Amino acid sequence: MFLKNSRNSVGIRPPAFRRNIFRLKSPAWFAIAGALAAASATPLLVIMSYLFSPQQEIWSHLTENVLGGLIFNTAILLACILPLTAIAGVGLGWLTGACDFPGRKFFSWALVLPFAIPPYVFAFVYLGIFDFTGPVQSLIRSIFPSAGFIDIRNGLGVSTILSLAFYPYVYLMSRSAFMTQGRTALEAARTLGHSPAKAFFKVALPMARPFIAAGLVLVCMETLADFGAVSIFNYDTFTTAIYKAWFGMFSLASAAQLSSVLGIIVLVALVTEQKMRSRMRFTEAGRPNNTERLKLSGPWKWVAFSSCALMFFMAFALPCFKLIMWGLESIDSDLSRYLEYGLNTFLLGLVGATLTIAAALALAFVKRNDAGPLMNWATRLATLGYALPGTVLAVGIFIPAAWLDNTVVGGLKDLGFNATPFIQGSLGLMIAAYCIRFLAAGFGSVDSAIQRITPSIGEAARTLGATGTALLGRIYIPMLRKGLLTGAILVLVDIMKEMPITLMMRPFGWDTLAVKIYEYTSEGEWELAATPAVALILVGLIPVLLLTKQMDK
Amino acid sequence: MKKLITLAITAIMVAAWSASAFAADVIVYSARKEHLIKPLFEAYTAETGVKVKYITGKAGALLERIKAEGTNTSADLFITVDAGNLWHAAEEGILTPINSAILEKNVPSHLRDPQNRWVGLSVRARTIVYNKDKVSPEELSTYEALGEAKWNKRLLLRTSKKVYNQSLVASIIADKGEAETEKIVKSWVANLSVAPFSSDTKALEAVAAGVGDVAIVNTYYFGRLLKKNPDLPLAIFWPNQKTSGVHTNVSGAGVTANAKHKKEAVKLLEWLSSDKAQGKFASLNMEYPVNPEVKPDPIVETWGKFKGNPMNVSKYGEYQAEAIKLMDRAGYK
Repeated sequence: MFLKNSRNSVGIRPPAFRRNIFRLKSPAWFAIAGALAAASATPLLVIMSYLFSPQQEIWSHLTENVLGGLIFNTAILLACILPLTAIAGVGLGWLTGACDFPGRKFFSWALVLPFAIPPYVFAFVYLGIFDFTGPVQSLIRSIFPSAGFIDIRNGLGVSTILSLAFYPYVYLMSRSAFMTQGRTALEAARTLGHSPAKAFFKVALPMARPFIAAGLVLVCMETLADFGAVSIFNYDTFTTAIYKAWFGMFSLASAAQLSSVLGIIVLVALVTEQKMRSRMRFTEAGRPNNTERLKLSGPWKWVAFSSCALMFFMAFALPCFKLIMWGLESIDSDLSRYLEYGLNTFLLGLVGATLTIAAALALAFVKRNDAGPLMNWATRLATLGYALPGTVLAVGIFIPAAWLDNTVVGGLKDLGFNATPFIQGSLGLMIAAYCIRFLAAGFGSVDSAIQRITPSIGEAARTLGATGTALLGRIYIPMLRKGLLTGAILVLVDIMKEMPITLMMRPFGWDTLAVKIYEYTSEGEWELAATPAVALILVGLIPVLLLTKQMDK
Repeated sequence: MKKLITLAITAIMVAAWSASAFAADVIVYSARKEHLIKPLFEAYTAETGVKVKYITGKAGALLERIKAEGTNTSADLFITVDAGNLWHAAEEGILTPINSAILEKNVPSHLRDPQNRWVGLSVRARTIVYNKDKVSPEELSTYEALGEAKWNKRLLLRTSKKVYNQSLVASIIADKGEAETEKIVKSWVANLSVAPFSSDTKALEAVAAGVGDVAIVNTYYFGRLLKKNPDLPLAIFWPNQKTSGVHTNVSGAGVTANAKHKKEAVKLLEWLSSDKAQGKFASLNMEYPVNPEVKPDPIVETWGKFKGNPMNVSKYGEYQAEAIKLMDRAGYK
């Protein structure tokens, strides 16, 4: 006994440290993380439960006539969008995050702005500009009357549009990685004779990998869940098939089964991605410091400038210009109501983002301090909802909520109380649905940031007596500020752009700008949709601007 | 940290506040868009003093919401577009039969549910529109004939995912049987000039630009587009006048089975079918009134009279799933 004690006292793990670990494993933290994971996984499980209600006839029709094409189309999208967003996001993130060139300060936040434009808005604006009857093809035909019609409604067209909409995920993440990267490592590489390019590929890029991967995972999930943009292009994917099975063949069960297939694909992708980097550790090499940025010289600084300018033009200036032109054509006499819709949109985004980030932080913190297999699976399951089409997820949330509500009301009635349902159709349920939908977006950035904190920091803090809440509040949160802010922007803007959950779950009087856009676009009235779309972009700009400024401090 | 906690507490308080308890006399869940129903509800409130609350959304999602809410639903009236959606809502048991002499008088029987669980409120005609510079109306005859070889690379269609086309094909199945219909749809697909469009408006614009020469669209999209751009070389043709008649669909409504304000909902429904409301209901979207006593919008009247298909619109719902599978097999995207 004595011997064992004495060995421990000189060993690697002092008893005090062990006790603190156990304190973190306190039931409270487990309960919080478990409850969060369970709540987020419930809708997915509800949807997957439909796997047990056989829809043999519809299912055999789907596999025979539809499924092959869907898988092919979806694969094309991913095969184009992932490399496109990776190159654009990482490249631009590197330029504005670590280099210096004319216009860098402007572009570093301006390139985040396209994030405020929803993918379905990109789709109808770009179709308006480049379709058969749009100004570009009309002009070409007026100059060359023999010119035919070019159809942009194909896999490449959709991929380009969605890449413009989704690259900010990778850009935001990788820029934040490059900015917080200890430049000492980079400088070491340079002093060892590496060229800037080699230093980037050998040192900076590998160090930023968890961030880039987290961004790409989000892009992947967004691509799989997108319904608005692909349906405007009439490009068949899993989501369009899900909607057709549900709304056309009136079979929620088949729709849920298709969604489950989608969920399983994402799960496999997530696991593979994590396996691929499970043996690596991503901690900060040295403190982030304010050493000089890499000054681009000669032609390179103009290459950098023009790539940023091109992206800004394509992903923001051009669509905004077109929207404003449309908006002026069909100016709405009653602009004041957009103020109310805008306020609703912003409030929902703010509340939803705060709660989501808090939940993501709790999950990531527990996962960090106890990366057991159970916790790993729980977080994976909890973030899967992001890849489901919004409406399907909304149904998965609504069914158990209404059941709970009706059970409680029924129970109270049996006891002689006259109760009204309070969960279904409430603001609280809708916000909970947002949190579940966007937990993946928040979790990705928080988790990849937390991975960068050297374990020794946490260990040191623990040996000094900091546990659970104090460890989180005094050590982790201040160190994670940038990661938390990145996650907050992502979720806030995502919620503001969100359409299907809002459509289905909003209480009376809580119409948002996205709802208004839906009302017009579903009838093909793009011009009328322009006014709420511009308003949505304006509302989205505020948080994007404020937070990017904050991040640069 | 303190800030964060304060923010979180505020957030939770806001979130917990529930807006479900709202004072209203009738509550409507509507898949028909707000700008097409709001003016009517305002007129109704002004006339009767009865307050109408509504939320809008997608038909399928609203239906699932009503189902999930069960006996506690706040929906009294469910308004949606397309007979297929109405048929499905009735099949799912969320609507209750209404015996009303007023509705029976105002709405022709083929635009109502045979079991009175819903009624049509406006008629939408899906017809052929052609490019005046390239097609003479004598060349046109029926929907089916658009599959003939002379229309090769000249036909434009909207996506088969849109319920209007699903109903059109369902009505042909009900009329001609599955094998014959599949041949027709295949011949359409073979004649397509470019891939199907996501909206009728896009298809119409493409006809005007010369991407193709004819398209099948709902008349109100034609009306809207010409209102904005009167110079387009487009004209309407009424097909199948010697055979089955023009394919028509409805937007309509039914009272929910668990309605808390059933009497008021029936009253509102009856009012919507009356001559007072019908003109406005239809002309807000350049549709045709269901009530034969009411004239359509003056612009709509200039398109001429046509013989509509007398088939009961609930058939579209019955054959809709069949139609979708058939279009999938025919390669109609």
